[in-house]
Amino acid sequence: MENNKISCAAVAKIKEICEKHNNDAGELINILHETQNTLGYLPQEVQVIVAKNLGIPATRVNGVVSFYAFFTEKPKGKHPISICLGTACYVRGSEKVLDEVKKVLGIEVGETTPDGVFSLDCLRCVGACGLAPVMTIDGKVFGNVDPKKVKGILESFVTAD
Amino acid sequence: MEQNKINLTIDNRPVSVEKGTTILDAAKSCGIEIPTLCHINLEGTCVNNHPASCRMCVVEVAGRRNLAPACATACMEGMEVHTNSLRVLNARRVILELILSNHPHDCLICPKSGNCELQTLAKKLKIHEAPYEGGEKSCHPVDKSVSIVRDMNKCILCRRCETMCNDVQTVGAIGATGRGFDTTVGPAFGLKLSESECTYCGQCVAVCPVGALTEVDNTGKLIRDLANPEKVVIVQTAPAVRVAIGEEFGYPAGTIVTGKLVSALKKLGFDYVFDTDFAADLTIMEEGTELLDRLQRFLSGDKSVKLPILTSCCPAWVNFFEHQFPDMLDIPSTARSPQQMFGSIAKTYWAEKMGIPREKLVVVSVMPCLAKKYECGRDEFKVNGNPDVDYSISTRELAALIKEANMDLASFEDSDFDAPLGASTGASVIFGATGGVMEAALRTAYEVYTGKTLEKVDFTAVRGLEGIRQADIDLDGFTLKVGIAHGLGNARRMLEDIRSGKSQFHAIEIMACPGGCIGGGGQPLHHGNVEILNARQKAVYVEDMNKPLRKSHENPYIKQLYEEFLGKPLSEKAHHLLHTNYFNKAD
Amino acid sequence: MKVVSLQDLKKIKEETESRMKLRNEGSLETGSETCGIEKGTEHIQILTCGGTGCKASDSAAIVDRMQECLEQFGVADKVEVITTGCFGFCEKGPIVKIMPDNTFYTKVKPEDAVEIVKEHVIGGRRVQRLLYVDPETNQPVSDSAHMNFYRKQVRIALRNCGLIDPENINEYVARDGYSALADCLLSKTPAEVIDVVKRSGLRGRGGAGFPTGNKWEFASKSQSDIKYVVCNADEGDPGAFMDRSIMEGDPNSIIEAMAICGYAIGAKYGLIYVRAEYPLAIHRLQTAISQAHELGLLGDNILGTDFCFDITIRYGAGAFVCGEETALIHSMEGKRGEPTLKPPFPAVEGYKKYPTNVNNVETWANIPVIFQKGAEWFASIGTEKSKGTKVFALAGKINNVGLIEVPMGTTLREVIYEIGGGIKDGKQFKAVQTGGPSGGCLTEKHLDIPIDYESLAAAGSMMGSGGMIVMDEDNCMVQVARFYLGFIVEESCGKCSPCRIGNKRMLEILDKIVAGKGTVEDLAKLEELALVIKDTALCGLGQTSPNPVLSTLSNFRDEYMEHVVEKKCRAKQCTSMLSYEIIPDKCVGCHLCANNCPVDAISGELRKPHSIDQTKCIKCGTCMGNCRLHAISLK
Repeated sequence: MENNKISCAAVAKIKEICEKHNNDAGELINILHETQNTLGYLPQEVQVIVAKNLGIPATRVNGVVSFYAFFTEKPKGKHPISICLGTACYVRGSEKVLDEVKKVLGIEVGETTPDGVFSLDCLRCVGACGLAPVMTIDGKVFGNVDPKKVKGILESFVTAD
Repeated sequence: MEQNKINLTIDNRPVSVEKGTTILDAAKSCGIEIPTLCHINLEGTCVNNHPASCRMCVVEVAGRRNLAPACATACMEGMEVHTNSLRVLNARRVILELILSNHPHDCLICPKSGNCELQTLAKKLKIHEAPYEGGEKSCHPVDKSVSIVRDMNKCILCRRCETMCNDVQTVGAIGATGRGFDTTVGPAFGLKLSESECTYCGQCVAVCPVGALTEVDNTGKLIRDLANPEKVVIVQTAPAVRVAIGEEFGYPAGTIVTGKLVSALKKLGFDYVFDTDFAADLTIMEEGTELLDRLQRFLSGDKSVKLPILTSCCPAWVNFFEHQFPDMLDIPSTARSPQQMFGSIAKTYWAEKMGIPREKLVVVSVMPCLAKKYECGRDEFKVNGNPDVDYSISTRELAALIKEANMDLASFEDSDFDAPLGASTGASVIFGATGGVMEAALRTAYEVYTGKTLEKVDFTAVRGLEGIRQADIDLDGFTLKVGIAHGLGNARRMLEDIRSGKSQFHAIEIMACPGGCIGGGGQPLHHGNVEILNARQKAVYVEDMNKPLRKSHENPYIKQLYEEFLGKPLSEKAHHLLHTNYFNKAD
Repeated sequence: MKVVSLQDLKKIKEETESRMKLRNEGSLETGSETCGIEKGTEHIQILTCGGTGCKASDSAAIVDRMQECLEQFGVADKVEVITTGCFGFCEKGPIVKIMPDNTFYTKVKPEDAVEIVKEHVIGGRRVQRLLYVDPETNQPVSDSAHMNFYRKQVRIALRNCGLIDPENINEYVARDGYSALADCLLSKTPAEVIDVVKRSGLRGRGGAGFPTGNKWEFASKSQSDIKYVVCNADEGDPGAFMDRSIMEGDPNSIIEAMAICGYAIGAKYGLIYVRAEYPLAIHRLQTAISQAHELGLLGDNILGTDFCFDITIRYGAGAFVCGEETALIHSMEGKRGEPTLKPPFPAVEGYKKYPTNVNNVETWANIPVIFQKGAEWFASIGTEKSKGTKVFALAGKINNVGLIEVPMGTTLREVIYEIGGGIKDGKQFKAVQTGGPSGGCLTEKHLDIPIDYESLAAAGSMMGSGGMIVMDEDNCMVQVARFYLGFIVEESCGKCSPCRIGNKRMLEILDKIVAGKGTVEDLAKLEELALVIKDTALCGLGQTSPNPVLSTLSNFRDEYMEHVVEKKCRAKQCTSMLSYEIIPDKCVGCHLCANNCPVDAISGELRKPHSIDQTKCIKCGTCMGNCRLHAISLK
């Protein structure tokens, strides 16, 4: 078992979310969305509580969480970074941007820097294809990203903190 | 009737089938075997897995763009099916090569070797090269519990086990997690089976086509004990073993080989060969008395009495309610299972009688079940750390051991079980089939309750393979309402109805496995053939018919046991040795 | 107020029309004189694109600055700032339009607001530097109608995008919104409604192009008290954003269409399954649903009839396979998005086992217009078998990236060279990919085929949802195939063996080829696997997953052969096959390259030609980027 204890308030919040959806297992994905919005991520303990509230096996919850890329079982960094790997960005070189971010931060996709400042993910198309290649940090879109600009962009976040 | 028939051709042969028949079944009906790895359908039970995911069964249907999975495509009027066109053969071969490219090739040391559906298929399709070797393979640690071994590196994601655990058994201990190539079937969060809600019913093992789910093999331990002159090794065999083990030696399903089985066990070197049936008779004495006790208290107006009483012989069922219904732990009978009653009596009454010190006595059970392996390791069934039953081997393991010893069951003459713990009645034999425990209990309860002799011992109303059955039994004016469920999903439905007050019963029998113990997780693999289960069930009732005594309380050695040792059913000693209590495992 | 009759609807339309008139008429009088407060214009509207693309370029700040300036200059009472949906010309975003003179400003920044307000809105003089410049004539073009990007477009599904405020249902009503629903409810039987859709020839815009009317008919014939209408808004195709733009720009068109379908098939419940990654689209849909409720256009007894219809939103959670309708339904049921075999079709057994009709966003957006203008009008657009228009997200190595809508039958050449303005940076066109991960790569020789379902399929690609990615000489087609296959491997649900293992093995073979270790036999293996997966996979995603490989193998076989035989990548993308070399004649020995080499692979005496140790070189390209004399070549 994992050791991260979640607070009583969080447990109550999860219960409230489940109740709002009538503890209906058919609403599992909506429930997980709201829970992740509230807690930031969906660790094992949270999934177990959701399962208990809905009266379904934890395997069912975990099966869903691990199926969908949007759900995360690990906490994200303070500034989550997403590199668009949609086709438009890909053909305009977003893989090189990704490589550069990995190099600068020293982490792989799906990981968080040891200091918890940045986490790195990929996504498929934010719809800003005119600005390809793009990356988002804290949901803000950076367009026409040149690998050479990556370091500067990341540093600006560290400085701002 | 005729208008429900559908006419089609399969491999140019005209076939006429009922509406709704799949191509797979239609082909089978005219002797054409289409290979499948994921499909399994035990008609008459609720076991039906047809995700159409392995794609081994693809066939060519004239006019369709793509190949169609035979297991999930319904026959249509005028359909033209080809199961052996070059296009089909090529696709099948490539798919099999792909599956093999993500499967270990260590067949030599795989416990499933020789009994593996993938291996059989690879042989049939003559796959002698591995064109897609060198790619990434699934990588998972082997998870070994006390009953079941999970080696997900061998999993081909047929998902039969998932269907069993979730749809049939409603346990939900294992399920698919992850996505794509990384999909795996197991407990949530990558936990071990022992950390899950697994009941060890073994139904996942019973349907696994490959070596991904197998039982813990105790035969090595057994051979060492048998070879140890310091130890007295005795064995008990469960009712369902004798009607199934013959299959492993080429007998048709449903052949009763009790006598040969006893001979083989003696030949293997067991010091005494006893019968779990003896303990089954004992179970009826205790559980039946408990039923009548509760019933009488209930009828006399005692509001605190818990009814219905639920049977407790099935260890997977016990695990199930401990995990899933912790609020109802006071409803099941407190009687231990026959396996445990046997162990307890063997290591007290019999051992004392024989002058064998407990630590020198090894009690082994041969069971159709994998949960029995877990049950005998439960702490409450140990005395100073020494278990009443040392370990359990499955029907399959025993068959393998007999073969290992270069013996063939067919070569043995019949022998009898040893006395006194080998004597049994017909009532105990039927424990092996769903409804059997209830029927055995009724035979005794009737006579005890009414004081009259039961002339017609066959309670056919409680027999059958329907998932949930109920019957009203006339006990000389009093109507006893009984219910029977097999398969844990059915058990859940029944329990939920009891909890909500929707159904009113006096007594309920529950068996975790579809069909009861004859369909247990430790039995010879049926590979999806429901006829095998039917034949075993029939055999159980034939064996019952052939017994001179058919009521548990008429077993002379049981009478002797009470006279010499226990006193009477539910006595303090009986409570101590033959009853147990249950634990909340929900949290 | 509640709309309970046709009159109520007309009333809203009339009330809103005065504001809308500015936009409708303005768009007709193109190139006319500029408007301006000082010139006596009474009412001016500033339309700003509020689509995700332009929002990413700060368009929200433009709106704020505009408003501030208007107030500062005291003209706020005469000028409205309206946030609309996407104008489509994303390459030039953020876009601001001034109405009624229909001036089209490109690449506007928040700091440009002052000038626009002062010069144009007040002074009546266009801000020349923000106008679009025609690349051929080098002349500024002030209105969209005279831009090549828009000239060949016919906007049906996108009719309201960039024109109305998507968060104001009245503007939708003013554009004849909900008149189709009223027409259906008040004067057509469900069978007649289905008949109109069938006669229009509309086919599903989400992928395979199944006739929409037949689909509805299918669902209408299923007997059940409960049925569902589902909008598939799980646009997962990487590099496609048609559906998102429609949801963001014209959400009510989807709601109206779903209600029409509900009436036609006998369903009371609608569900929109939308990607959680589309927060703005979700917000606009929610707003539209609640506004429709307020007006009584959703809910009980719509327009005074017995018809009741309600819509709820379900969120996707990042699984491409959920675009497949059975997987989508399982996902809405709170399960893993694994497809199941059809039949049973959703029309018979869908959401919660009830009959369900699923259409995609763009399909829905076409429905109301078909009723407004008639099935015959719609059927007159397009080709024989593919009617109407198709929206494409045009992207990649093309000058005019954006969202376009063209009649079926338009050629790829027209789209790429006329609307798209040709290839970026004067490079050579190499391929165009349509249909996303399920589609294929087409070449020069396919450029003149008309865009319709059959022609694209015959050429080895497909219509798909509408991604259209243009590639130039710098794109390696093996890498492109690998990119799509990588996507498929990541997105495969893992249920059936051919897709789960087969695509993985194909990807490994492509990895091997890209790494310079491929053989000719590998190409045969690729082909065999691709064909078997196509033939045996369980769902549409799996069955089409080998298309990018198959189409590149057939259209760019020589490029594959170069990779496996000569170990050469003509696009110079496969680093394993490249070598950086110093041209001795050009090298002056400045040592700059050596100083910057991260692995010390370059050596040489000062002022003498240097050389690169190929065993050490990691092919990062730093040396080439630093050399001022172009003395380093890439081979």
